[in-house]
Amino acid sequence: MTATGIGAPVRRKEDQRFVTGQGRYVDDFNRPGQAYAYFLRSPHAHAVIRSIDTGPAMIMPGVIAVFTGDDLAADKIGGLICGWMIHSKDGSPMKAGPHPALAQGKVRYVGDHVAVVIAETLAQAKDAAEAIVVAYDVLPAVVDTAQATKASVQVHDVSPDNTVFNWHLGNKDETEAAFARAKHVTKIDLVNNRLVPNPIEPRAAVGEYDFGTDNYTLYTTSQNPHVARLVLSAFIGVAPEHKLRVIAPDVGGGFGSKIFIYAEETVCVWAAKKVKRPVKWTSDRSEAFLSDAHGRDHVTHAEMATDENGKIIGLKVHTTANLGAYLSTFSSSVPTYLYAPLLSGQYDIPAIYCEVDGVYTNTAPVDAYRGAGRPEATFVVERLVEKTARELGQNPAEFRRKNYITQFPHATPVIMTYDTGDYAASLDKALEIADYKNFPARKQESARRGKLRGIGFSSYIEACGIAPSQAVGSLGAGVGLWESAEVRVNPTGSVEVLTGSHSHGQGHETTFAQLVSDRLGISIDQVSIVHGDTDKVQFGMGTYGSRSGAVGMSAIAKAIDKVIAKGKKVAAHVLEASEGDIEFKDGRFGVAGTDRSMAFGEIALQAYIAHKFSGQDLEPGLKEGAFYDPTNFTFPAGVHICEVEIDPDTGVTKIERWTAVDDFGVIINPMIVEGQVHGGIAQGVGQALLEGAFYDESGQLITASFNDYCMPRAIDLPSFDVGMTVTPCPSNPLGIKGCGEAGAIAAPPAVINAITDALGHEDIAMPATPQAVWRAAQKARMPMAAE
Amino acid sequence: MYAFEYHRPTSVKEAAGLAGQAEDIKFLAGGHTLLPTMKLRLAGPANVIDLGQIAELRGIERAGDMITIGAMMKHAEVANSAEVKQAIPALAEMAELIGDPHVRNRGTIGGSIANNDPSADYPAACLALNATIITNQRKIAADDFFQGIFTTALEEGEIITQVSFPIPSQAAYTKFRNPASRYALVGVFVAKQADGVRVAVTGAGSNGVFRVKEMEQALSGNFAAEALDGVTVAESEMNSDIHADAAYRAHLVGVMARRAVQAAGARG
Repeated sequence: MTATGIGAPVRRKEDQRFVTGQGRYVDDFNRPGQAYAYFLRSPHAHAVIRSIDTGPAMIMPGVIAVFTGDDLAADKIGGLICGWMIHSKDGSPMKAGPHPALAQGKVRYVGDHVAVVIAETLAQAKDAAEAIVVAYDVLPAVVDTAQATKASVQVHDVSPDNTVFNWHLGNKDETEAAFARAKHVTKIDLVNNRLVPNPIEPRAAVGEYDFGTDNYTLYTTSQNPHVARLVLSAFIGVAPEHKLRVIAPDVGGGFGSKIFIYAEETVCVWAAKKVKRPVKWTSDRSEAFLSDAHGRDHVTHAEMATDENGKIIGLKVHTTANLGAYLSTFSSSVPTYLYAPLLSGQYDIPAIYCEVDGVYTNTAPVDAYRGAGRPEATFVVERLVEKTARELGQNPAEFRRKNYITQFPHATPVIMTYDTGDYAASLDKALEIADYKNFPARKQESARRGKLRGIGFSSYIEACGIAPSQAVGSLGAGVGLWESAEVRVNPTGSVEVLTGSHSHGQGHETTFAQLVSDRLGISIDQVSIVHGDTDKVQFGMGTYGSRSGAVGMSAIAKAIDKVIAKGKKVAAHVLEASEGDIEFKDGRFGVAGTDRSMAFGEIALQAYIAHKFSGQDLEPGLKEGAFYDPTNFTFPAGVHICEVEIDPDTGVTKIERWTAVDDFGVIINPMIVEGQVHGGIAQGVGQALLEGAFYDESGQLITASFNDYCMPRAIDLPSFDVGMTVTPCPSNPLGIKGCGEAGAIAAPPAVINAITDALGHEDIAMPATPQAVWRAAQKARMPMAAE
Repeated sequence: MYAFEYHRPTSVKEAAGLAGQAEDIKFLAGGHTLLPTMKLRLAGPANVIDLGQIAELRGIERAGDMITIGAMMKHAEVANSAEVKQAIPALAEMAELIGDPHVRNRGTIGGSIANNDPSADYPAACLALNATIITNQRKIAADDFFQGIFTTALEEGEIITQVSFPIPSQAAYTKFRNPASRYALVGVFVAKQADGVRVAVTGAGSNGVFRVKEMEQALSGNFAAEALDGVTVAESEMNSDIHADAAYRAHLVGVMARRAVQAAGARG
């Protein structure tokens, strides 16, 4: 291992440019002759468009063009797609309504795209958009998740009752049988609140067309530029794949919301050719609230069956998942295959049955958001486990321990085969760090000050990597989910790694370089990581689902192995030994049993000057590529413990302590991993205490700015106590499981379990705002007053 | 933002003259309400008169038992003023609780009072401390100045120049923040003067900042938190939104008032 190799907490290479303002984001790219796009958006949640008169806008100063859905249709530009096919219980395919980039005949949510103005300046484009005259016949809207299928409102013709699919997973009969013989059944009703992603950099796109070469270029805020290119070319038909270059430069956070292919970048590429000018669009924060794909939004009833020994014997779940007004790129997979397969949690549950109804509403599309399905599953399992322990009068930690899976591999009743883990080890460590044994004393001390103290557990598991292509293909994915890498060794021995992963905050330029440093025995300063440009990187599937370590780095490791193998061939010629005698160790190629050796860089030079071997025997150069497709998902897991103190007079919940013990497998950079844990917990606490996207009955988003949508701030969070346990992942060469989503998955049930522990009853929903907690605390007081 | 004419006078007289001549004007103080509203195209004044270069609108001075603050003094300047901290520490602390450092280094006392946002802090301080709002035309008692949300006694083109605060014997401000915006969901300013106690509430009232006479009477007899036991404000007069309904706001007025009295008492 080198000083900058695997396991070293080296500082992030990319931070120099980020903290000095030298990062280059999409909006920093200004192309010669660039014009500006502004989208006229629907002010109504649901309306028929009777007519659009663009005439008054066309004559406004600086206006170059105004386009509507008719113009896109005339050019045969296809609609946006959903790339994951879900079949209902009856075998019928999901009901996907049309999703034109600019509305055709109808708008279906506030913020839906009605027209686009291209003008010399953004201000002129906005002025002209105000001059467009749209005649709407406003229709009633449906916004409520639970009521969507009962509403008289119909969002899409293809789905008369607003149902997208009625999907299920697991074994219904076995589950019913388990419930029939249960000693105890615990029931719970849960709402998983809708969230707005809010990455710090809003979405943006610059489309450009070169009339000389017939080449298109799109600069876009994407987590997966190759997937964007594939969808834009093969499905939407904006440009042929080999003529479209997609560049995702520095991207300021995504959290899932930048996976998807949206209307705006589609229109910018298409319009660039129409107006013969580069076209730029940058979302403002108000547009981001309205039109970025939202997250979560489930309504769930779940029941857990236990036997006379307190063992969990069955779980049944019914969830209604709000998918919004249109099916976003991967929306259908989130409440289905990214959700129900995680319902076994860390527990040995022999029978599970889950039904999910996906529904349309007149709200922004809902798609993957940090954790994507797995936070929703964990919230169901961990709230239910906690409530079951309470109803059985058992200690929640020990109830979990009793039901933990301890033998691996373990096949759950819901698809997954967990490969490895040691859940009790994480629990033990977490209990110790959290000083659990002295919690009763702390609770008493709080009570003396008139405060309510509570403690809550979350024993989460997630499936990451997202994952074997054959597996996801069999479940309906439209693409394979492998990753690619190319390792280019220069004659001077420095290395460029081209990866299909994309970094938008994760620190890949550091961690990926650490792998190279570790394997090739060179400093990370000798390594450059190249990503985010389809002209440089041949293909890749991008970054989401905590997959870039487990899958992306495994591809790099595989390519490095090939580089070393080639290096051995070169070394054999140079050192005049047989290839079988060449060893590569500590950055040097040597002849076994001798002191003859050469440094990695010297062999690289020899590979390029090619003086010591014949072109007949060996190709010059040192560059290798690899595609890596894992054999399984990875299963990061851990235990988080949240301790809160509630002021019953105001309802303010203060998080006093947070313990996180995670098993991410092998860790490349513990500092970066800890940062991911911190950020994930912050987002999870945001969901539990602060954040919620709310529409009124007419479909207006009433939390449409930071004045009303509450993001977590540093002051809302305690200092986190982070610990790690390690069981290496057996299904990839590096033993990595992934860490990007764990905090957001683990945190919400830990917070709510702590609050309900403090209150002494279960009746609190997310976000547990001061108002909600105050009201719940009053309810908690009432029986005491009656005593 | 729509296009507008920008004016930058250097005296109150010049500013008032500009206001008298131009159509559709807005005075720009710290700009923390006006500029975001203009950026969102919710406001589009034809003329913006920036008061930032007018020296006579600045300064803090103590004369006898009064503290007088220039209208263009920023929240951070009030919060950090040795004279304000010494004379009315509750006022300095209130200024320190406004927004964040960026806001406090741009926002002004005059702008806050002239805007009379129902969640702003200064209106509660003015009412509770029985301040006098001084304009280029007259002096207005705080009780007459605040006339409902975003509504004041100011005439068209009238400019606040100073605010004068009598120094109380005891005072404190407690604020329960809106979790999202961090404006006052409920803010209560309590001040004890020789002639009695005044209690002013911001953030909660459906008609903006208001005084609670029942609390004032109870506290004038006994300046202690217990004196407020059983004293409530009417839910029917409270604001209601997704963050706090009327019942919660009414409850918080009581909690914050008791805590303000405790804080004032603790200061001695």
